Amino acid sequence: MDGKQCCVKLSVHPSRGLVDEKFLILVQNVLPGFQLTVYAFYRCEDGHRWEAFAHYTANASGTVNVSEDHSLGGTYSGVEPMGLMWSQRPVPGSKPGLRMRKTNVQTPMEVTISVYRGHLTKGFADQVPLAGAVVERWYMAPGVRRVPVTEGGLTATLFLPSGPGPFPGLLDLWGGGGKLVEYRAALLASHGFASLALDYLTPQITKETGKMVDNHYFEAAYRFLEQHPQVLGSRIGILGLSFGTSIALKMAVYSQVFKLRCAVCISGSHVQPIEGSVQQIMTSFHNNVDKTRFNMEQQVIWRDLLLPIPADPSLKVEVGRLRCPLLLVVGEDDQNWPAHESAVDVKEMMQRAGNYHLLTVLSYPGAGHLIEPPFTPFARASSYKILGTAPQTLMVLWGGETVAHCRAQEDAWRKTLVFLRENLYGGTNPRATASSHL
Amino acid sequence: MSQTTPSSTMSPDVPPVLSVVPSRALVDEAFRVSVQNLPPGCAVTLHSLHRSEEEDLWEAFGHYVSDQNGSVSLADDFSFGGTYVGKEAMGLLWSMRPVPGSREGLRLRKMNVCTPQLVHISVYDGHAQEGFTERPPLASVLSERWFVAPGVRRVEVREKGVRGTLFIPPGPGPFPGVLDMWGGGGGLVEYRSALLASHGYVSLALQYLTSGELALADVESKFFETAFNIIRFHPLVRPDRIGIFGLCLGAIATNHLAAESSVIKPRCCVCVSGVHICPRGPPLAGTTQLLLLTAHKVRVDENNHEIWRNRILPITGDLAEKIDVGKINCPMLLVNGRDDQNLSTVEAAEDMARMMQAAGKAHLLTTIEYPATGHLIELPYSPHFRATKFMKMDTKEKVMLLWGGQTKPHSDAQEDAWNKILSFLHHHLYSNNPPRAKM
Repeated sequence: MDGKQCCVKLSVHPSRGLVDEKFLILVQNVLPGFQLTVYAFYRCEDGHRWEAFAHYTANASGTVNVSEDHSLGGTYSGVEPMGLMWSQRPVPGSKPGLRMRKTNVQTPMEVTISVYRGHLTKGFADQVPLAGAVVERWYMAPGVRRVPVTEGGLTATLFLPSGPGPFPGLLDLWGGGGKLVEYRAALLASHGFASLALDYLTPQITKETGKMVDNHYFEAAYRFLEQHPQVLGSRIGILGLSFGTSIALKMAVYSQVFKLRCAVCISGSHVQPIEGSVQQIMTSFHNNVDKTRFNMEQQVIWRDLLLPIPADPSLKVEVGRLRCPLLLVVGEDDQNWPAHESAVDVKEMMQRAGNYHLLTVLSYPGAGHLIEPPFTPFARASSYKILGTAPQTLMVLWGGETVAHCRAQEDAWRKTLVFLRENLYGGTNPRATASSHL
Repeated sequence: MSQTTPSSTMSPDVPPVLSVVPSRALVDEAFRVSVQNLPPGCAVTLHSLHRSEEEDLWEAFGHYVSDQNGSVSLADDFSFGGTYVGKEAMGLLWSMRPVPGSREGLRLRKMNVCTPQLVHISVYDGHAQEGFTERPPLASVLSERWFVAPGVRRVEVREKGVRGTLFIPPGPGPFPGVLDMWGGGGGLVEYRSALLASHGYVSLALQYLTSGELALADVESKFFETAFNIIRFHPLVRPDRIGIFGLCLGAIATNHLAAESSVIKPRCCVCVSGVHICPRGPPLAGTTQLLLLTAHKVRVDENNHEIWRNRILPITGDLAEKIDVGKINCPMLLVNGRDDQNLSTVEAAEDMARMMQAAGKAHLLTTIEYPATGHLIELPYSPHFRATKFMKMDTKEKVMLLWGGQTKPHSDAQEDAWNKILSFLHHHLYSNNPPRAKM
């Protein structure tokens, strides 16, 4: 150990934060001009290992500030305060097609941040770092309650914000992969929305009967929220991604039970047989499976299945009948769904119908299909298990370029929260600006 | 005083949005508390509630009025009443006191430092002074206040007659070290060491008095040196970068070690609310003797709270009754309160400065004194206690001791002192510049 040089000091602030909060990483007490690598490591729940790293040079005070200094190379470059989170990728030698999704939202992600001497690109496990710190990233804020829901035949989890309530409610729908995915609903509850994560493709009732759910299932979910003592029944919204968009638009326009205050639709389309059941909508997509394409790496491109956007109104949700604000979030490099083209058509339909003032479109160049809460790793393609009688695993191309996609996630999430806050909390005080701390 | 009528009608429909950021923080980190979605010009009370490990309830509250956007921000707005007034971002923590009807003389100290302190922050309609548990708030969030950062390890130490707890920061090390010593209450208080480890120091919280005992006189000098060496020889510690941190009796022991020990060489010392007045020789034995000899000088105030500050007044001129601080060879930071009713630290510090000056060591000494600040200069944002129950070591009798200080200036002092202490420790234990005595 060099007698003159003392201990490198690494600090991460905050050391415990929500997944969508930024942190500040500071390296201090190195020599001016010292070359170092800041390294992030995360072992996820299923045992896969993820890493990110960046090369920095200390300034004249012997300090590196990740939020202000330029990364000269690594898994990201330039000034990227959260690059060590979103640029993480599986360590070399990992199984291909991995996607990081936390299943247990009651524990944090524990990420180790380390500082290494020099500009390294590999061999991190073989070297002793100069300093290390641990950061906790949480989906649930303290006081948020997680309530499994099985009543009414539902397979769902309700996340209630801290406090007595009552709170505005949100129905949270994921896409064609099915399962009960909780992390986004947990995070939304941490922002003040009573959020119900709903499994509608692989719920208990489908496992038992072999049949897909119908409209009654979604209406039961809506009623569950509406009648919940800690939910404001007149302030319920819906948020859907991918196939979840199809459900959201369908229920928003055609259901007599749903009285939505707003809808957020991410990476989806309004193209579907009008008033078709979930089964029928899925079938209509499968009927176009011959339009599947493959890229050079043999990854599956499904965006063409819904193209071209039909002119026939019976093949699309009549968005001209929407009575609540709609936020569409689309990635222009979405290789899985034609979200961008759909958004253009939605806009035209709503302009003709005269309800265009309800529409906001956030369209991001370079972003792909999986527009998720920010600061978790980006996957341009990943393994995807098709549900059905002959289950198969394919490598599906979602699209997107890392930096553009991650910037889109950060921007879209912030704007989504503002939209939800304004529509679900606002209205009684028109001048109350809901400024988020994000 | 009953609650006033709110100046503008609350909508029964939508609750306001209360946010506390960060919701999980270290105890010395500030948070931003804000409320949105209120009607404009609405009177509200921000309230904090904590249930201690002893099941006592502590609370603080402030009275606010929302602006034209329906927002309240504690960092920007004024509290017009409650347990604190003015623009006080952290008032909901430092102005906490036991709820009405609590036992007398309580002190808030967390013993299990591995779990966070849970504080409920709530917003109530109107300007209330009481009755917070009898009606639901408009909104409430839970704030976690942690002594340990993620990755900090806690290791119990039982070796060579030394008992204590070691806290080790995450990472490969090596780290600078701190020997951390509390005051005459005895027992083992870990929270300052836990927090020091969260700031990158291997810190040993030393148990040198079991509660009610003042033993160990005969093994004293070896005892402290052994404790210091446990840190020094720890594989994750830089042996040339160890400091000593003492409060009250721990500070007396610190002065003694810095002056007299030929075995250990601290790189710097922090003495909070301590003195150098102690008969030459082992400090604990000396202090026991001092307490016995000065018992007649104890006064009581109008509440029958004991004032001990006169015990060492006037400051003796007899060198045999004082630690020979002229022999100190490392930078010393003294932190004292001018309203210390327990120990005359300000007067003693002046005398200490004269002695060190005479020995040509003035450049090693930095003294900070805070106005209207008492004896218990604790971690930032922790509640102020003007007097609390204390068990006398010799008789095991419980008395109420007056520590002194007025809440607001004392709380400011705690916040400022901690920053200065961390800066001092960083400068002497982490920094690569040649050590300079004055900050």
